[in-house]
Amino acid sequence: MKSLGDMLLNTGPFSEIVLGNTALARAMIESGTEVIASYPGSPTPEIGAALMSVPKERRPYYFEFSTNEKVATEVACGASLNGRPSCVFFKSVGLNVAADSFVQLSLLELNGGLVAILGDDPGANSSQNEQDNRHIARLAYIPVLEPASPAEAYTFYLEAMKLSRKRKMPVILRMTTHVCHGKEKVSFAGWTPRPIGSVPAFDSSAGPSIPLTTRALDMKRRAIARLAEVAQETDGSPLHELREGNDPSKGVITAGLPFRSLVDVLEDAAEKPDILKLGVVHPLPKGLVADFLRSHASVKVLEELDDVLEREIKALAFDLGIRTVIVGKTDPEDWIGEYTPDKVAEVLAKTWPSLVPRKRAERAATLAPRPPQMCPGCGHRSAFHAIKQTLAKEDITVADIGCHTLGFLPPYKMGEVLLSMGHSTGTAAGLSLFNTTRKVVAFLGDSTFFHAGLPGIVNAVFNNHNLTLILMENGTTAMTGHQDHAGSGGNANGPADAIPVRAVLEGLGVKSIREADTYSQAKLTAMVKEAVAEEGFSVVIARHPCMLKYTREQQRTPGYVRKSVNIDQEKCDKLHVCVESFGCPSFQRDEEGRVVVSEELCIGDGSCIQTCPAKAIGVKKVQEGGGKA
Amino acid sequence: MSRFDIYMSGVGGQGIGLLSEAIIRAADYAGLAVCGVDTHGLAQRGGMVESFVRIGTLTTPLVRKGSAKLVLALERTEALRAVELFAAPGGTLLYYDTCWQPLSVRLGTEKETSAEDVAAACARLDVRVIPVRTELPDVRMQNVALLAVAAKEKLIPGVGVEHYEKALADLLPERALQGNLKVLKG
Repeated sequence: MKSLGDMLLNTGPFSEIVLGNTALARAMIESGTEVIASYPGSPTPEIGAALMSVPKERRPYYFEFSTNEKVATEVACGASLNGRPSCVFFKSVGLNVAADSFVQLSLLELNGGLVAILGDDPGANSSQNEQDNRHIARLAYIPVLEPASPAEAYTFYLEAMKLSRKRKMPVILRMTTHVCHGKEKVSFAGWTPRPIGSVPAFDSSAGPSIPLTTRALDMKRRAIARLAEVAQETDGSPLHELREGNDPSKGVITAGLPFRSLVDVLEDAAEKPDILKLGVVHPLPKGLVADFLRSHASVKVLEELDDVLEREIKALAFDLGIRTVIVGKTDPEDWIGEYTPDKVAEVLAKTWPSLVPRKRAERAATLAPRPPQMCPGCGHRSAFHAIKQTLAKEDITVADIGCHTLGFLPPYKMGEVLLSMGHSTGTAAGLSLFNTTRKVVAFLGDSTFFHAGLPGIVNAVFNNHNLTLILMENGTTAMTGHQDHAGSGGNANGPADAIPVRAVLEGLGVKSIREADTYSQAKLTAMVKEAVAEEGFSVVIARHPCMLKYTREQQRTPGYVRKSVNIDQEKCDKLHVCVESFGCPSFQRDEEGRVVVSEELCIGDGSCIQTCPAKAIGVKKVQEGGGKA
Repeated sequence: MSRFDIYMSGVGGQGIGLLSEAIIRAADYAGLAVCGVDTHGLAQRGGMVESFVRIGTLTTPLVRKGSAKLVLALERTEALRAVELFAAPGGTLLYYDTCWQPLSVRLGTEKETSAEDVAAACARLDVRVIPVRTELPDVRMQNVALLAVAAKEKLIPGVGVEHYEKALADLLPERALQGNLKVLKG
């Protein structure tokens, strides 16, 4: 097996098939990035996985998963103020959490340079929205580079860090889901290991670094001036690409992954427009764009998500009196979803109906989409099944972000409103006001508890809100691939003291705290019943380790015995509680309505046994021999 | 070489990531231009997962609907969905014939997709269908069982069993490699 860590530290030039995210990790190493911080979130967590694949003592950088994106930004900022090339990365909506500090970055003299990698998620593959973070780049006066492929992710990061160090300003590298997760062969340059210096170079005279009173305005002047310098410097940058077609009357301005979709779709076109692919999307390379507009009668701005480039390009044309026909978004659907080749073909056809011949048959699936669900053995399933027994139909349940969000789906339907990481206690507090008839129950995961859950809990204590919070503690950041968090007993650099959730709650002044393992379903049901009957703020810690993580670890252990439950068909009364209410995916239904257990899926945890009124479920051993694949 | 688009689908947890990367690496060892992309996100939690591999082009890894000359599916329901959406006429569907029932089937509101349903869709769309079901030492080897048939039937032009072998050697730890190579080579 090839070692990812060895590959990342390879000192010679080489090429390898890598993910976009892995290419970024290599770029960090080559560019001498010394401090890297993040909070896990799709599509970026594989950057962290790559960085952690290098054994700690061989890492030519410090890396941490911080408690949230704002803290990660601050860690990178502090390191940069000390002269260290730094990087922070997180998912699209992570920027909302980071924003309070993030928008200040351009006001500072970031001596070491700082690159922020933002993983936007067009199509909302694994996010609660598909927000376009280019908006915040404008608000924060930060340049944005936008790669379209893993190879570009690598080279653009190197350029971003170079630019950031030269101007002592933050630079955003905007990735999107399928650029992060794209796989292709990338050629890497050589790398010379250098020791990390031990001099903290922070110099307050290099500031000002305190944006108060009139200084804030001077610092803003400096930020705007620097952005203007970047605009000039990058106007002729080789990061932009002009690709000539064979129809000189038409042009397309685009960037990122939509460029690749466009090139693909145009292979079917007889008359191909010229393409201007922008590598730096903010600030707009005005000279380059103006020349392109002037040399075409008609220009389409092909832009995924919002109309950021379109507005700037139209404003530029207005200012310069350019009469080219500029077409951006034509209907609301143009704002929505990822610009895959099929989507780009549709979007182009609205502007130039005959450009790409429609020779493809429409294809549709007869089956409904398969939503994600909780894994076999998941402690959250036991929790939802147990909690549902004691809540009235009209009670209100508030979801939060994490695997347990999936409880909103049938058959549980637990969690009826969702905003963001850690929102649940606050939202539940609002739902509890002037409400004496419907109990309010909020859910919160343990990683999210530390990430953004604490202020809502403090508020519930401080303002004495009447609700029950159920802390779904599984000991890991499960949804994004089992990263450690403050309560899990480890961090990105090894073992660490776990901060116990219960002690934190007690310290915050929570008076009513109960705890149960979620597999003890009757106990959990009783506890929740008591808790919701109380006046005021109560917490129930519903604990069970992530069984996906646990099972994977067990499978690698020699002597591992695979187990499964089975159903005694003699005893089964076909009540279907296991398959319809408890809803573990291991239970399958045959045509006669018999329930059978899929041994491929079942992990033999037995959490279902207690749910069967007919006592028809038992455990059996399936296969011996651990440590296989 | 000419274009060869592959679309893969399955249910989160079935090992589509390994299957996809093995094909990308095998094509690369065969000297072919190749790129790919997985769509995961929440998918590892038993949702649908898909992966795209394109050989002979680097324009974009995303495959257009109706243009995959080879569709690989690790599960029967997903095989039907995949073939309807992505298979090119004249192409091939290779799928592992197991069923992870979707919720609607488990709740009793829909019928399970049968091998006949898949075969009928393939006939309608002019797609050759190869179901695979075999005794395996470990259910986690179903992905490699598909790879074995792809190698034997030469379903990916220019890629031979020796290329798949090298790819698996890149990707699997020693403790897993030998067993998987045995499955690959039949």
